[in-house]
Amino acid sequence: MTVAAEHEGASRPGAGGEASPEKLLAPVLSAFWDQPESWTLETYRRHQGYDGLRRALAMAPDDVIAYVKDSGLRGRGGAGFPTGMKWQFIPQGDGKPHYLVVNADESEPGTCKDIPLLFANPHSLIEGIVIACHAIRSNHAFIYLRGEVVPVLRRLHEAVREAYAAGFLGKNILGSGLDLDVIVHAGAGAYICGEETALLDSLEGRRGQPRLRPPFPAVAGLYACPTVVNNVESIASVPAIMLRGKDWFRSMGTEKSPGFTLYSLSGHVARPGQYEAPLGITLRQLLDMSGGMRRGHRLKFWTPGGSSTPMFTDEHLDVPLDYEGVGAAGSMLGTKALQCFDETTCVVRAVTRWTEFYAHESCGKCTPCREGTYWLVQLLRDIEAGKGAMGDLDKIDDIADNINGKSFCALGDGAASPIYSSLKYFREEYEQHITGRGCPFDPAKSTLWGDNDAHLGVNA
Amino acid sequence: MNPTEANHDVQLGMPALPAPDYPADVRARLEADAKEVIARYPGARSALLPLLHLVQAEEGHVTRTGIRFCAELLDLTTAEVTAVSTFYSMYRRKASGEYQVGVCTNTLCAVMGGDAIFEDLKEHLGVGNGETTEDGAVTLEHIECNAACDFAPVVMVNWEFFDNQTPQSARRLVDDLRAGRSVEPTRGAPLCTFRQTSRMLAGFPDERPGAVRATGGAGPASLIGLRLAKGEVAPGRGGDTVIAPRTARTGADEAPATGHDDGQAPPGHPSSHDAPHETSASDEHHPAGPAAEEGE
Repeated sequence: MTVAAEHEGASRPGAGGEASPEKLLAPVLSAFWDQPESWTLETYRRHQGYDGLRRALAMAPDDVIAYVKDSGLRGRGGAGFPTGMKWQFIPQGDGKPHYLVVNADESEPGTCKDIPLLFANPHSLIEGIVIACHAIRSNHAFIYLRGEVVPVLRRLHEAVREAYAAGFLGKNILGSGLDLDVIVHAGAGAYICGEETALLDSLEGRRGQPRLRPPFPAVAGLYACPTVVNNVESIASVPAIMLRGKDWFRSMGTEKSPGFTLYSLSGHVARPGQYEAPLGITLRQLLDMSGGMRRGHRLKFWTPGGSSTPMFTDEHLDVPLDYEGVGAAGSMLGTKALQCFDETTCVVRAVTRWTEFYAHESCGKCTPCREGTYWLVQLLRDIEAGKGAMGDLDKIDDIADNINGKSFCALGDGAASPIYSSLKYFREEYEQHITGRGCPFDPAKSTLWGDNDAHLGVNA
Repeated sequence: MNPTEANHDVQLGMPALPAPDYPADVRARLEADAKEVIARYPGARSALLPLLHLVQAEEGHVTRTGIRFCAELLDLTTAEVTAVSTFYSMYRRKASGEYQVGVCTNTLCAVMGGDAIFEDLKEHLGVGNGETTEDGAVTLEHIECNAACDFAPVVMVNWEFFDNQTPQSARRLVDDLRAGRSVEPTRGAPLCTFRQTSRMLAGFPDERPGAVRATGGAGPASLIGLRLAKGEVAPGRGGDTVIAPRTARTGADEAPATGHDDGQAPPGHPSSHDAPHETSASDEHHPAGPAAEEGE
């Protein structure tokens, strides 16, 4: 593995050591978000937009699949499955229509990368869609956008309109013979629809409940036809790979987790926001360059990739944030949603709230998740309110164990993650709630304004 | 609740009569829209979610009439349509306000102040979760994570973003809505009514001039990494312990993206209707890019 620092100043971030943000960060998708009207076709083309598409259309579809596979791009929606391999699974010459469905149902708590990406630069997704559809021989793509983000819906509508008008969508795209229609489909509020098979059911006009696999969507997906379901960021990363090359892409990140990605820093940090960097950067590096936690406070716990990924503590500041590094440390890279909480935050409160979320969003299809999340909420509310018993801690651990790996889809696994990881690192704090008959924390101290600003007042 | 109350809405014996249809002119108009939506999809039933948004755009919530309409157009039973419409949280089941005010109370926003904002608004408006003010202007609810955690705490009004809220700013926001004053989000277009929003969700683009470009490009938090990478803001000093010491300010050019690192709420009203107009929130051509400099 070589570190090719000459490529855009972006390479695998060195472990520890002081390095400047210019060297540690690698804005690609976000490179021109600061330009005037960054969301327009005109701005996009000024930054080599749709040039990657021209290269892709000049290649045979199978060669595009092989190229993306060789680049090592892995799914950015959480699971990290190699994107090119997903495309390769689509049977060819089967006589059925093929579909591309973009999962823009970003709802995982803490995750906030696809929505700003689509707000600032929707054409990177559209270009990626055209390339992907050329590769998998699809004439129909859908963008399943969660409904609760109307500003993004507006810009997607406009981007699709512009792309049709400029001949990047529609009939015979750039004279290649490729016909492609893109439908922007707004969801209606259901976290479970981020699960790819639930998304397909929802897109077919049904309750969004996961399907049994196999058959996998690549064989029987939308309308029982071969379907690729990809995350927004995965597809939006493809044009840059086609334009600048797979070697450029592989020069960033690590051997098994190459490339750049969006890290979303949120919570009690000095500067929450989007940080696009090569895979493998650490939270310490991100915090060091961005000003650390809010002044006078310490990191207590954090999630590497949303609430469904087991939480970390300040012991894990130097874990490389790539698929392997986070996995080896006992969690998952997930969506790279780095929610950071400082010492004012009650971990029992945080976990209770996440669990309420999972109970609310459980689709009801399978028993472990539907019943398990319900009972977890009852027990956790009691514990948080000081009405729990010591035996409840083993009970919630046991219930979480009965959900994890035993439910129909990953929502159940996600619901179990905060429970067992918080018990692992903060069991004492749970015990304090029980022995002390209540929560020892003052929620007002955790607020954005609550630290040293009494005049703003908090009456909750 | 006594048994008679509990049974009040339960139909025992005779099944409910079919819902009344829309008046002929409304029906004709909706049918034309619905057919346009259905034609977009290879399978007609895929249009069901958009059609439910469409009937919600007509009546402000999903009525039995709306369900009947969807069922007839897609050749489904009303039971099948009801099963779908009750699964998704964006479909309202009762008449509600012109403005749906949703306070994120998922963990991160809740901890950062969402809980306090929600409690404060409940008291201020005199309504509970899912309830509407007497004037019919505001329906208050708590919502789940809306993918804007770097702008926490977040309030959504008719699904437009109001970032970095405080109890005070949220109160002013709902007061403005109730008084009919024009309100602009931090990210998104000037507010329209819940019904107009529902029409966009049904797949009909916002035709208002300037709506797409309103509030400019990416929000300040979205740009912070880019600005650091370009050397436009000085790197922070996290230090080995990731405790930023209270005295570690490196100089005036170390501008916070938000109010976070001076421990205060953002200056003034974080929603743009009284925010400084020279920020990118109102002017995407602003050379400094969309980030409020300290002291502006």
